[in-house]
Amino acid sequence: MSSRDLVLGRIRRALADVPLTEEPADVHVPRDYLSTHAPADATEMLAEHLADYRALVHRTDAAGLPGLVADLLAARGAQTVVVPPGLPPEWLAAADAARVADAAETTARELDAVDSVVTGCALAIAETGTIVLDGSPDQGRRRITLVPDHHICVVRVPEQVVDSVPQALPRLAPARPLTWISGPSATSDIELSRVEGVHGPRTLEVVLLRG
Amino acid sequence: MSGTYLGMPAFPEAAATATANGRLRANLTHATHTIRDKRAAAVGELTDWAALRAAGAAVKDRTLRHLDHYLTQAEEAVTAAGGTVHWAADAREANRIVTRLVRETGEREVVKVKSMATQEIGLNAALAGAGVRAYETDLAELIVQLGDDLPSHILVPAIHRNRQEIREIFTERMADWGRPAPVGLSDRPGELAEAARLHLREKFLRAKVGISGANFLVAETGTLVVVESEGNGRMCVTLPETLISVVGIEKVVPTWRDLEVYLQLLPRSSTAERMNPYTSTWTGTTDSDGPRAFHLVLLDNGRTDALADTVGRQALRCIRCSACLNVCPVYERAGGHAYGSAYPGPIGAILTPQLRGTTSEVDASLPYASSLCGACYEVCPVAIDIPEVLVHLRERVVQGGPATVRGQRTRLKPAKGHAAERAAMRAARWALDRPGVLRAGQRVAARTRRLHPGRLPGPGRAWTDTREVPAVPAESFRDWWRRTGGREDR
Ligand code: SF4
Repeated sequence: MSSRDLVLGRIRRALADVPLTEEPADVHVPRDYLSTHAPADATEMLAEHLADYRALVHRTDAAGLPGLVADLLAARGAQTVVVPPGLPPEWLAAADAARVADAAETTARELDAVDSVVTGCALAIAETGTIVLDGSPDQGRRRITLVPDHHICVVRVPEQVVDSVPQALPRLAPARPLTWISGPSATSDIELSRVEGVHGPRTLEVVLLRG
Repeated sequence: MSGTYLGMPAFPEAAATATANGRLRANLTHATHTIRDKRAAAVGELTDWAALRAAGAAVKDRTLRHLDHYLTQAEEAVTAAGGTVHWAADAREANRIVTRLVRETGEREVVKVKSMATQEIGLNAALAGAGVRAYETDLAELIVQLGDDLPSHILVPAIHRNRQEIREIFTERMADWGRPAPVGLSDRPGELAEAARLHLREKFLRAKVGISGANFLVAETGTLVVVESEGNGRMCVTLPETLISVVGIEKVVPTWRDLEVYLQLLPRSSTAERMNPYTSTWTGTTDSDGPRAFHLVLLDNGRTDALADTVGRQALRCIRCSACLNVCPVYERAGGHAYGSAYPGPIGAILTPQLRGTTSEVDASLPYASSLCGACYEVCPVAIDIPEVLVHLRERVVQGGPATVRGQRTRLKPAKGHAAERAAMRAARWALDRPGVLRAGQRVAARTRRLHPGRLPGPGRAWTDTREVPAVPAESFRDWWRRTGGREDR
């Protein structure tokens, strides 16, 4: 007997108390929790909650964005920046840093030598202070937002901001690899004192772009 | 991981020793109280917590009552998305599968993200036996691995180590495993984290094989979910060419939508955050992004035995948040190692005896590692009635009765040679943790003899009392453990 049949057989025997006529949907799941905790201003809450977990939050409009991104890169002293293939070109129009393409053949080691990365996002969640990346052309492969130490993420507000996790999931495609980011990487493993930055980017800057 | 839980002393003995270790106790008390208070605040922010908790329990109950259905659905979806699904009836088979998969890649090292399932099956030792080195990449797991030690907390496995000890471990041991610790490393947490970053980055950048567990497996879509803080999880599931995920069969949830419940319940219950820094989800493989090969190993290893027990089954709802550890007065005093398995605290006390049976002395004693004060049930985000299961398991130990062991229905005999009574007696003795009372073993034994297992709180009631610790011994728990291998009389 294959292990698959063995395990499935054990499960069926273990569930002898479940009537054969019972369907999964017959087990009632009460869903009377809230679909949103109704923040008065989702964008404001997003900014606040991002800052709570030590992301750096900036606000600008379309005209100010190229200058802001250039300033943020310059302030870091970034010489190089990874650019996802579908990033709107004007976002980096004023930046001096040398562009590195997000290419399939780029190795992790090469990415480790790059200073910064600039991306868009799929959406952001106000209640939890989360940005979600789904690998769309303005966000690129997962590793480009993982290996470089400095991540600038642009969120279009208010249209990309949802209130809550229940509002976020239906807007995300499960088939795409998703990365949910809530502040820079952190650990509390040493006597529970929070340290920002272990393996992911140690600096996360979120730009709220008002349309 | 060269440490092992085999041959651990029964809970009361291990606990008595750990309780007497002043430093361990101080670390644990500080840690558990800090997380406890923060958790209360994070949970308090959500006015619908009770409704989320009810939904969290109900979704898992639906899944468990139709587990065969959801597992085959998940298998189909993962396969359709380009993954390969393997089934493992027990630890040995899971280890064999993973070892074979690693060998087929031709690699001799793997990077690992913290996973309780792989800890439970002793995967690192199995890989080492096959000449494959497994690098733990979670900061706490790294501390544990470099220190040749065992994890003591689900969420913060190195909770029993303070910063001076961590500095020492890094300075002495990092060079044996790869990039040495920076010269003149201080014990500032920021510097220690930086040392870990540098040490591990080497390994991430060259890793060809990653091994993970998963917090959730979505049946309808075949999506795996890993929730973490440091980014080592992202490294392990993104950079290698081959990814192997070992996942307990109870981790499945029916729908994508169900994640809306758990992604609210889990971070607030575990790290007391609105959301943990990183959550990764993936479905099979994705062209030119991430691993080219993905293997899912579905692990039984006693879970179906727990499923067969209509009272004990609820333990399989557990989402490993560790909230029950942090409120448990017994865990706070005893520490994680005393539970003798990968699962410490109240959840360990009900899960381990069900996964492994109650025939060994340590496993038979676990259901007594509680005062039944109920704090664990209160905080559990999926409403597992841990005291109810404890009482049920005590009855099983003392009176025997029907049970399923490795898939076979059997009738357990009452524990032989008064082992159960001994276990209860020792628990009680340890509860009344004062040298004077310890010596008065006879009197305590006489009391517990009359104790009917259904009529508790019983001997452990004393847990809720705050007591003076005995004088700190000259030798630490770990040193004692090393020297004696856990024999109390040495
Ligand atoms: S039993 Fe409940 S509280 Fe304890 S770890 Fe599991 S889910 Fe969390």
